[in-house]
Amino acid sequence: MQGEPQVTNRPLGRLLTRASGKLVHPDAQVINLGDRFFYTLTRGLAFCVIFLVILLVLDLFRGSWEAIRQFGLKFLVGTTWDPVARQFGTLPTIVGTIVKAFIALLLAVPISIGSAIFISFYTPKWLRPVISYPIELLAGIPSIIFGLWGLFVMVPVIRVLQVWLKANFGWFPLFNGPAVYGVGVLAGSAILAIMITPIIAAISRDILLTVPRTQIEGMLALGATKWEAIWKVALPYARTGLLGAVILGLGRAIGETMAVTMVGGNSFDLIHSLFDPVHSMASQIASEFAEATYSLYVSSLIYVGLVLFGITIIISLLAQLLLWRLSKGRIAILE
Amino acid sequence: MAGNTLYGAGTGASRQYYLYRKGIEWLAWIGMLFCTGVTVFILLMILGYVLYQGASYINWEFLTALPLPAGETGGGIANALVGSAMVVVVATLMAVPIGVGAAIFVNEFPSAQLGRFVRFLAEVLTGVPSIVVGLFAYALVVRPLGSFSGLSGSVAYAFIMIPIILITAHEAFRLVPVSLREASLALGIPKWRTILWVVLPVSSRALLTGVVLAIARALGEAAPMLFTAFGNPFWNLNLKKPIATVPLLIYTYATGPYEDWHRKAWAASFVLLMVVLVTSVLTRVFLRGKSNE
Repeated sequence: MQGEPQVTNRPLGRLLTRASGKLVHPDAQVINLGDRFFYTLTRGLAFCVIFLVILLVLDLFRGSWEAIRQFGLKFLVGTTWDPVARQFGTLPTIVGTIVKAFIALLLAVPISIGSAIFISFYTPKWLRPVISYPIELLAGIPSIIFGLWGLFVMVPVIRVLQVWLKANFGWFPLFNGPAVYGVGVLAGSAILAIMITPIIAAISRDILLTVPRTQIEGMLALGATKWEAIWKVALPYARTGLLGAVILGLGRAIGETMAVTMVGGNSFDLIHSLFDPVHSMASQIASEFAEATYSLYVSSLIYVGLVLFGITIIISLLAQLLLWRLSKGRIAILE
Repeated sequence: MAGNTLYGAGTGASRQYYLYRKGIEWLAWIGMLFCTGVTVFILLMILGYVLYQGASYINWEFLTALPLPAGETGGGIANALVGSAMVVVVATLMAVPIGVGAAIFVNEFPSAQLGRFVRFLAEVLTGVPSIVVGLFAYALVVRPLGSFSGLSGSVAYAFIMIPIILITAHEAFRLVPVSLREASLALGIPKWRTILWVVLPVSSRALLTGVVLAIARALGEAAPMLFTAFGNPFWNLNLKKPIATVPLLIYTYATGPYEDWHRKAWAASFVLLMVVLVTSVLTRVFLRGKSNE
């Protein structure tokens, strides 16, 4: 039923294109005038969306042009960010962003896909909304609230953990950082993991529910246990979509701003351990932009924004392509 | 022996393998249950903590008074509440025509390749980081006008809302039965009136839900407000001047040095969270059964 409108609608759409032909009744010309206007109007609004995107890209390029001319691609591998010396390079924040996002994925993916499996296969149908609704609800909580909670509740806990880890496992390079802050890579990753878990879980659940029941029942009828049916049939079937969900989560983690600004510990040095404070690209823009005093400084920050936009848009495209291929556009991703 | 060839019911190696598989099954069940438990527990804990902390500070004065100078106890966030509302209303006025109009084009004129592309673009746009949207609004509005303003905040919010409205509106139009459209067209009603007088009213409920979702999403965004609306400790009803918004106020207060500010940040979060939760629950009731399948 849902796919049908597209097909049956088509002749009506064609009414417009045939308006100038001879086969149309004279009265139809009157009708077509309104229709044509309406068509043009809505097409204009659709073009508006495209126009906005082009404008966005142009604005980012125009804003960052000065920095691009000054530093070129060396901006991406430079390790000094020194507004006083007018020297800008953003490798540490790129590394910081990606490291935080990947640790967040490492923490969030098993948990969220595990929950999705539990909800879609081990929970009776009437209980499903009871568990999955809170998860959906929490996907909508503003990131500033996660940041506030992270700063005042999670960071003190992480500080204790860090001090303990450093005292006992300080010989391990990853744990040999300034443990006293609490804020840093570990805290940033943890809050990101908490934030993307509901997103990945909700989309994965939608995808797992598209696995045909007959396939799983077939496995069960052959004597497989439920887990074997899930592991050998359901997960391979849903593989593409699950990958899409994970990549979508990665995109969110990379672009996330406020929570990371509050708990990431904003420093411009390359990270060496899990405890080092470091900016991510978004938090760098957020905390510096209003204080940027000269145009090259502003331009460099917009350049960071351009790089961030480029990375997230590629990730987003990838996720959409994977999800679309599976669902034929049936799963709308909003969270 | 005879007759009993059911797998796992025997003895020896096959029996052991059966028990092993049962064990894996059991472990998997425990593991999945654990994952779900962790997810729900952490998230509910955050929710509960914010509600608890915020509720203990919130009172009438907090909602209706202006902020006092830094360091003094008392005062409220009335200006930020009004500011947030104004910025979001203007953003909605910008985003709804574009979002719904484009969605009409995408769904009602499906022969156009452009429509599919726009829909795809909207999906991709939901992934643009909000801080980049802020940069965009800065370059588009703040720079030409020469000052931070509520208007630029509205532009940023509108940019976040458009893809959400477009996608939900498109989904809503798809669910309108073709027979309704055909009945209207068969009566000689032109297509544009069919869309405006039949398709839109039939899907109005879902449309409204989409708009409300978009508003709730925008209301919580702080990042695009950092260098557009900028914040303002005083009353301001002029959208051409810097204006206070709730999420940005939470950021300022949370990262500030005063104990009282931190309490206010919790209370403001409580207000924001209530708005988000209430809209979410209401839209759920409106569109009951959608995600039960």
